Amino acid sequence: MGVGIQVEKLNAWFGKTQALYDISINVMANHATAVIGPSGCGKSTFVRCLNRMHEVIPEARAAGRVRIGEIDVYNGTSAVQVRRRIGMVFQKPNPFPTMSIYDNVAAGLKLNGFRNRKQLDEIVHRSLTYAALFDEVKDTMHKKSGASLSGGQQQRLCIARALAVEPEVLLMDEPCSALDPISTGKIEELIFQLKEKFTIVIVTHNMQQASRVAEFTGFFLLGKLIEFDKTEKIFTTPSDKRTEDYITGRFG
Amino acid sequence: MAESAKSSASIPPVSLARRLTDVLVTASAAGAVLLVLLPLIAIFAYLVYKGIGSINWAFLTQIPKPVGESGGGMANAIGGSVYILLIASGLGVPIGIGAGIYLSEYGRNRFGNLIRFTADVLNGVPSIIVGIVAYGLVVLTQGHFSALAGGVALAIMMIPTISRTSEEMLLLVPQAIREAAYGLGVARWRTTLSITLKTASSGVITGVMLAFARVAGETAPLLFTAFGNQYWNWKLNQPTAALSLQIFNYAISPFDEWHRQAWAGALILIILIVLSISAVRMAASRGMLKGAS
Repeated sequence: MGVGIQVEKLNAWFGKTQALYDISINVMANHATAVIGPSGCGKSTFVRCLNRMHEVIPEARAAGRVRIGEIDVYNGTSAVQVRRRIGMVFQKPNPFPTMSIYDNVAAGLKLNGFRNRKQLDEIVHRSLTYAALFDEVKDTMHKKSGASLSGGQQQRLCIARALAVEPEVLLMDEPCSALDPISTGKIEELIFQLKEKFTIVIVTHNMQQASRVAEFTGFFLLGKLIEFDKTEKIFTTPSDKRTEDYITGRFG
Repeated sequence: MAESAKSSASIPPVSLARRLTDVLVTASAAGAVLLVLLPLIAIFAYLVYKGIGSINWAFLTQIPKPVGESGGGMANAIGGSVYILLIASGLGVPIGIGAGIYLSEYGRNRFGNLIRFTADVLNGVPSIIVGIVAYGLVVLTQGHFSALAGGVALAIMMIPTISRTSEEMLLLVPQAIREAAYGLGVARWRTTLSITLKTASSGVITGVMLAFARVAGETAPLLFTAFGNQYWNWKLNQPTAALSLQIFNYAISPFDEWHRQAWAGALILIILIVLSISAVRMAASRGMLKGAS
C-alpha cells in the first residue's frame, strides 16, 4: 500500500545557489500527484529531495522536514533505507547495460542480499507484468541485455525494476520525455493501475499529461511552490495569476 | 523515376579534384595502418625465423646445462616468468584498480589530483630505478634476491597504468547508471563494485592487459631483484629465473648455442604474452549478453 508524504519547509541548495524555498506540501496516499512548472523551476530537485537523491550531487544539500508514512526522511534514517522504500524512475531510461533483462529487474533485491531464487523468479515475473512488459520479453529476458530494448521498453523495464523492491512511493521524474506517443500512452495507462498500490509523484513538462494522470497538481516557479490543489482546479480555475499565465501558455 | 533524375540533376556532380582527394586520403590512412603493423609483423617474423629452430621439447622442459655442455632448455625461466608475473599481478591489479576506483568515485579533489600527478610521474620513472627501489625495499630487508622482490618491482610498474586507465573507464560510466542503483536503495560501495566497475569491466581489463604486457618483457627491474637462477625455484624468498633475464644473459654470452636459445626464449616470451592476453579476453567475453554495450 502507498503512504502519504508530508513536506514542511523544505529548502535545497546547489553550492551557494538556493534551488527550493520553503516548500510545504501534503501528498495523498494512493493518488498520483503531478509537479509542473517551467524548466529550472526546481521540480526535479523537489522530487529528488524526497528520496534523498539530491545529496548525491556534489555540494548539493537540503534541509527541512519530509515524512513518508512513518519515516522521517532527514532525521534518523539513512539515505539507503529511505531509497529502499521510495522507488524512482528517471527522465532517461537507465537500465544496467551489463545485466540481462531479468537481472535488471532483480538488481535491487539481489544487490541487497536477497538470494531466494524461487521468490526472485516470482517477483521478477510480477514486476514485469505490472510494468506491462512481460509478454514482450518473456522469451529473451535471460539472454538479452536491458540495453537491447527500445526506449519505451527500457523505461518500462526501469519501472519494473523500481517496483520489484516493493516501494510505497514511486517518484517519476519526467518519465515520458524521451518517449514516443505510443510508449507514453502505455506508461500513462500504467500509472493509472499503479495508483492502486503506490503513491505516485510525477514531474512532467506536459500539462496534458498532468491533467490525464494526476488527481493533484503542484505548480513550481523559481524554486517556490506557487499553487497546489486538485488538478481540475489548477487547470480550470487557478487561484494564482502566475499559474494561470503558465497553463494558458503565456510563458514557460 | 523522372523525379529522382530531376533531383539528382539539381545537385552538381562531384568534381574530379574531390574524388581524387577522397582516394588520396583513404590511401594515406590505409598506408598509416600498414606502417603501424609493419614493425610488429617484422619483429614477430624475425623472431620466428631465428628462434623456431631451437624450440624443441628439451627447450621447454629442461633447465640450462652447465657451460660447455650443449642442449638444455629454459623451463625454469618460463616457469619463473609466469611465477613472477603472477606475484606482480596479484599485487598490482587489486591496488591499481582500487586506486582507480578511489580516483574516479571519491578523488575529485586536491588529494586526488596529487595522486594522479604521482601516478603519471611514476609511469615515467625508468624501469631500472623501479628495480633499485624494490632492491632497497625487499632485497635488503629479506637479505636475498627473490621472486617476491621481482614481483614487487613489476607490480610498482603496473600500478600507475592500471589505476589511470581504470579511472578513465569508470568515469565513462554515465552518472545515470549509478543513480539508478542509488535509487533502488543500493549502498554506495555496492554500487561501485557491482554496477560501476562491472559496467566498465571491459575497459578496465584492457588497462590491466596493457600493464601486464608492458611488464612481462621487462628485464631491467629484475636484474637485481629476481636476479636469475640456473635451477628451479618456487620459493618466494629465493632468486628466480625469468625469461627476460635468461635472454639477456644468453644474448651477451660468447656462445653461439646460447645466442640461438636467446632467440627461442624471446619467441616463447612473445607467445606467452599473446596467449595470456587472448585467454583473459576470451574469459571476459564469455559472460557477455546480446545487445550489451
